[in-house]
Amino acid sequence: MKILVTAKRVIDSTVRVRVRPDGSGVDTANAKMAMNPFDETAVEQAVRFREAGAASEVLAVTLGDAGSEEVLRTALAFGADRALRVESDNPLEPLAVSRALAALVEREQPDLVLMGKQAIDDDSNQVGQMLAQHLGWGQATFACAIHPEGEELQVTREVDGGRRTVAVRLPAVVTTELDLNQPRYIKLPNIMKAKKKPIDRISLDDLGVDGASRLELLGVEEPPPRAAGERVASVAELVDRLKNDAQVI
Amino acid sequence: MSVLVFAEHDGAGVTEATRRAITAAANLGAPVDVVVTGGEDAAGVADSLAIQGVGRVWLCLGAACADQLAEPVSGQLASLVRDEGYQALVAATSTQSRDLLPRVAAALDVQMLSDVVAIEDAETFVRPIHGGSVLARMRCREPVRVLTVRATRFDRSEAGDPPAVERLEAPTEPGPTRLLEEHGSASDRPELTSARVVVAGGRGVADIGIEALEALADQLGAAIGASRGAVEAGLLPNEAQVGLTAKVVAPQLYIAAGISGAIYHVSGMKDSGVIVAINHDPEAPIFEVADYGLVADLREALPALREALEQS
Repeated sequence: MKILVTAKRVIDSTVRVRVRPDGSGVDTANAKMAMNPFDETAVEQAVRFREAGAASEVLAVTLGDAGSEEVLRTALAFGADRALRVESDNPLEPLAVSRALAALVEREQPDLVLMGKQAIDDDSNQVGQMLAQHLGWGQATFACAIHPEGEELQVTREVDGGRRTVAVRLPAVVTTELDLNQPRYIKLPNIMKAKKKPIDRISLDDLGVDGASRLELLGVEEPPPRAAGERVASVAELVDRLKNDAQVI
Repeated sequence: MSVLVFAEHDGAGVTEATRRAITAAANLGAPVDVVVTGGEDAAGVADSLAIQGVGRVWLCLGAACADQLAEPVSGQLASLVRDEGYQALVAATSTQSRDLLPRVAAALDVQMLSDVVAIEDAETFVRPIHGGSVLARMRCREPVRVLTVRATRFDRSEAGDPPAVERLEAPTEPGPTRLLEEHGSASDRPELTSARVVVAGGRGVADIGIEALEALADQLGAAIGASRGAVEAGLLPNEAQVGLTAKVVAPQLYIAAGISGAIYHVSGMKDSGVIVAINHDPEAPIFEVADYGLVADLREALPALREALEQS
């Protein structure tokens, strides 16, 4: 089983995101960046399959500018065999990302595409499903457990109100939840080794994909802060306020 | 313009979130039809769609749709949108719609919008990004607007006349995926992301035990939430976790018990209607977002709260 796993470079989840003063977008200039945490679980899972002998090769892919190769170095340090960046200096919408990945899948012929269920910057949660549609493949989204069973994967999905286990025929797209696994701590020698590995590059043009945006961003703003609350002195006062002022109980 | 709403249901009637999605769809300023997919036994769902503004209900029922798998259902939705010339497809945000709608959007070659919180007009939408810490206003002129909407941001629709009901041919070919097993949550409590009340526990729950939190939740008919700290400490299950990359909730009432209020957690609940914080530490950041803050020891406050609720 050959695995293609994707990783997006995003603002680190521990950083407070700031809006540019003119409201034209999010200020990413000096923000600390990291691999999208959902993608980290996907990369970890791909490497575990490789180590367990269930996968023959792990190809890590990102789409973005030269700086986004940082997450490919991380993926290589995790244990990915190869890394490839689809070059794009502008942010791409999920549909364009899915088209580029579909074209890449045609070239690379993986049996499984693994990716985080969503990126924590755009929060769209679309690319995996769109990719599966373009390829005519089955999908298993929000995976919290994945077991290869012959020509299928048995995937437990985290859904509202519980879990569903499905069998999906390969080739397939699987998107991951955070509790699929605990990504490893990368040791320094692996980081050093990863720095020496080559990273392949391919342009959107080479893939025959139009990266133009379909949507227009009119502006961004921080949500209005909550009006200052108040302290209540006792449980009795709390219940009174909830009942008579807020009227929620 | 005409709009199609994808209905989620429990086999008998549509969900509360779907009723709100119908309101959202009506904001597009066009007639609204609804599509119901499922097994043959879901035909009765149409009866729950006597809702103001709903003109027609499509029933797409059959074995291939019974398990609500994305592959067959998305194919049906894409065909229906194409054949009937719908210019928008709307569903309430849920794991089902997030699994399904991007596939439909890809089939129609349109860029969809996830988790819309406001519809200003038929081409202007607001959606949260960066875990809700930023709101993005977007213009969408795609030939078909495909949207999931955050149901809690829209009103429940009013009752109306029974709609016209039409049957659609369901697919017959098996898809690449089959359902093996379903395990609902062990409890009878409401589902976390759509609950009217959430009682959430943090590390501070260690002092009182999970049972005290559960008792309060059951008294209020609430779902149970958890901070990352409470999950990491093994006090509450991961699926209860509220936060930036976990569950994002917006109930009418959110009670944070023993939660300090890290940005990660607050990102997942700050859109709640009323926030109550109970914490022994007067400096806890949770008090900055709380409408009502009570500085108290949970060991005393929770039993007292239960007693006061009992009497009120």
